[in-house]
Amino acid sequence: MDTPYAIEMLNITKKFPGIIANDNITLQLKRGEIHALLGENGAGKSTLMSVLFGLYQPEEGVIKKDGKEVKINDPNDANDLGIGMVHQHFKLVECFTVLDNIILGVEPNNHGVLQKEEARKKVLALSEKYGLMVDPDAKIEDITVGMQQRTEILKMLYRDNEILIFDEPTAVLTPQEIDELMQIMRNLKAEGKSILFISHKLAEIMAVADRCTILRKGKYIGTVETAKTTAQELSSLMVGRNVNFHIEKKPQKLGDVVLEVEGMTVASKAHSNNAVKNVSLKVRKGEIVCIAGIDGNGQTEFVHGITGLEPLVSGTIKLNGMDISKAPIRKRNTSGMSHIPEDRHKHGLVLDYSLENNLVLQTYFEPEFTSKSGFLKKDNIRSYSERLIKEFDVRSGQGPVTPARAMSGGNQQKAIIAREIDKDPDLLVAVQPTRGLDVGAIEFVHKQLIDRRDSGKAVLLVSLELDEVMDVPDRILVMYEGEIVGEFDPKKTTQEELGLYMAGAKRMEVKA
Amino acid sequence: MSKEKTNYLKKPGVQSFVSSVICIILGLLIAFIVLLLINPAGAFASIMEVIKNFLHFKNPTLRLRFFGETLVKTVPLLMCALAVLFSYKVGLFNIGTPGQYCAGICAAIYAALKWQWGWLPCVLLAMLAGAALASIVGVLKAYLNVNEVISGIMLNWIVLYFTNATLTAVKNPASKDTLTIASVNKAGLLPTMGLDNLFKDKYVTIAIPIAILIAVAIMIILDKTKFGYELKATGINKDAAKYCGMMEKTNIIVTLVISGALAGLGAAFYYLTDFEQWAVTQSTVPAMGFNGIAATFLGGLNPIGTIFSSYFITHITAGGAFVDLTKYSSQITDLISALIIYLCGFVLFMKTTMNNMIKKSEAKRHVKQANVNDEGGDK
Repeated sequence: MDTPYAIEMLNITKKFPGIIANDNITLQLKRGEIHALLGENGAGKSTLMSVLFGLYQPEEGVIKKDGKEVKINDPNDANDLGIGMVHQHFKLVECFTVLDNIILGVEPNNHGVLQKEEARKKVLALSEKYGLMVDPDAKIEDITVGMQQRTEILKMLYRDNEILIFDEPTAVLTPQEIDELMQIMRNLKAEGKSILFISHKLAEIMAVADRCTILRKGKYIGTVETAKTTAQELSSLMVGRNVNFHIEKKPQKLGDVVLEVEGMTVASKAHSNNAVKNVSLKVRKGEIVCIAGIDGNGQTEFVHGITGLEPLVSGTIKLNGMDISKAPIRKRNTSGMSHIPEDRHKHGLVLDYSLENNLVLQTYFEPEFTSKSGFLKKDNIRSYSERLIKEFDVRSGQGPVTPARAMSGGNQQKAIIAREIDKDPDLLVAVQPTRGLDVGAIEFVHKQLIDRRDSGKAVLLVSLELDEVMDVPDRILVMYEGEIVGEFDPKKTTQEELGLYMAGAKRMEVKA
Repeated sequence: MSKEKTNYLKKPGVQSFVSSVICIILGLLIAFIVLLLINPAGAFASIMEVIKNFLHFKNPTLRLRFFGETLVKTVPLLMCALAVLFSYKVGLFNIGTPGQYCAGICAAIYAALKWQWGWLPCVLLAMLAGAALASIVGVLKAYLNVNEVISGIMLNWIVLYFTNATLTAVKNPASKDTLTIASVNKAGLLPTMGLDNLFKDKYVTIAIPIAILIAVAIMIILDKTKFGYELKATGINKDAAKYCGMMEKTNIIVTLVISGALAGLGAAFYYLTDFEQWAVTQSTVPAMGFNGIAATFLGGLNPIGTIFSSYFITHITAGGAFVDLTKYSSQITDLISALIIYLCGFVLFMKTTMNNMIKKSEAKRHVKQANVNDEGGDK
């Protein structure tokens, strides 16, 4: 134990056909520190972690635990070494309780009979100690994303892991939940746990990490102490150039009302109350209206109501003056509405379809792509998708025929955006369009949204990211428990003020 | 050079073919071992008989005739396999195929014998019967989210006994079988268009070429049409299908209806040749529907591949009849074909294993030739 390092990955090189995913990368995690791993999508973070978990064997380099070289052949070895990870996409059994999920795989038993009481005590004690506040008997499908993440953290703690890895943990959280997570991480650190924090969000790294290792395009760029650097410096290290955080907008030219919602109420799937209650609003040509709020306050159901994924309990929706309250989804999609969905894997893409087939998902039935006799015009689909790929810079291994599943998250999102924007919709409904994307991709998405606005179309943005809420829209509507509780001009408000409305501490009368 | 070879093996079509062949060989091998264990003396000769089937005969006319009969029996299996395949592409496992096949038998035989309809309306009625039965499963699935395996498999037995009850009305008083169509209503038999003369066998009818055409048509529907695009999208991701405005509930029902119609058609294509009569005392659903599942997978989930896999399965089943029964008990025939068919179900597993092996060897090679490119990225 004469080394300060809990885990060291020294000179790791991992190659894949055609690319070097990790090129001589060194990462040293001290005991009791929060160490950030920073890099854009595709910088090699996931590969490096897969090496640490034994999912890949590196061609070169060694891994040391407490100064001693170790061989990690599979995730079980990693677990034996006390390494645990909270994945970006949680590994939880939806219909099990929190407790069941935590003990899954290490069930305490007496000759095969489960001893849950003992486990429950340990979970409650851990939950108390680190301020996790998780109800062990709640079912995963009933609790918020933040709670699910805390369940994942408890899973690691329950297994007495000493080295905790958080893979993009804040991508799915609300601002308040992010603050809570930061506090939890500090508590864990205070108890002597070592934390590796994978992220590309600079503010969070600056707020919570002690040191930061930066990767770019598979290469090791350096390790810096966060106290001695700035977010600006980190970002240029990560991207390799200076990033423009400021968003340029043309002066606003407001036009006719495109979307008019009157007294919309949508039922909730989770509980018997309505998720959206009597919401009215208008979106005009030439403006970006943002629905802000903490996750789970009815934004999802609101969007589903507008796009037709869920039926309305009451209320009317008008698109360009036409009543679409009961219109089928296809009718809405062909009447000038586009939808960048919240969950790109669930709704946005058919992952096992090729990129080109995904690019025509909203238009495949048009005469351009389907002949009168019902045959697909594959040549047209090919040339159309090649154009979109070029225009929107969608990168993939094999071009139009790449399976969507094989593409990176950022490029999957680019494909969806290309498809939805190329329809030239009057109304673009964009739900968390930058979720899980890196800085470069976020810049791209924001530019696309603003281009829509500047070209005189309407955008309805739903976002949980406060930076995005402040920077992108012309008007902010705060949603709290299914109601619009505040309307703001982003130039005349602050994140703190919005936070009060988002948390339900304040509200105002809002007229559509 | 080795790189080109690997690329070739990476093609999905080649992989399906190779893994199907491996499964066949394994199945034959295991059947051979079982024969060896029972009676070593006749094992090799017996397994060769299974493989040879109609080649057992020296006489070319007999050979041709038994080849024809193998084809006759291939048709219903092919149609059942296509039924399974079609629903599988939409993510549904239509294990109700035996029941839909049975419904087709009931409709075809009853219409031909009792009502003395011509062959074409009999065929259409059989399709309709299969489709109607499958639509129950489809509606339950689409609107009530009842698992199609449960609702499908339960219906199988209901239909079986309904068929027994119904066909008792057209039973041959002297046996447990239904009357031959030839003896009651010649117009109910499928036309042969000279194929019977070609094969010197009266059971060889237009069902054979039509079945092959249907397989090709299904391939075209799935690969080249808007309908196929929608069906596959619904099968892979129901939520995305809904998101982009496809009628995912309708698609589920339509798929099962088509699947059921194919099974019903298979029944008509077989029983309207008079090759076999229905025994009204049967207490098991026809194995045809279940074997269709094996044929689907052995055919690599490809309609054209299914033609060959259906033929192969029928071929070895028929070949079992030539096993030397002085050395083995008479059940050995079914045991051997059951073993081989069972192994046919392992094609997907074989394919995955093969893929993993290719990946591993590729990874190894890349370690060796390590210095090519400088591009980043881990995805």
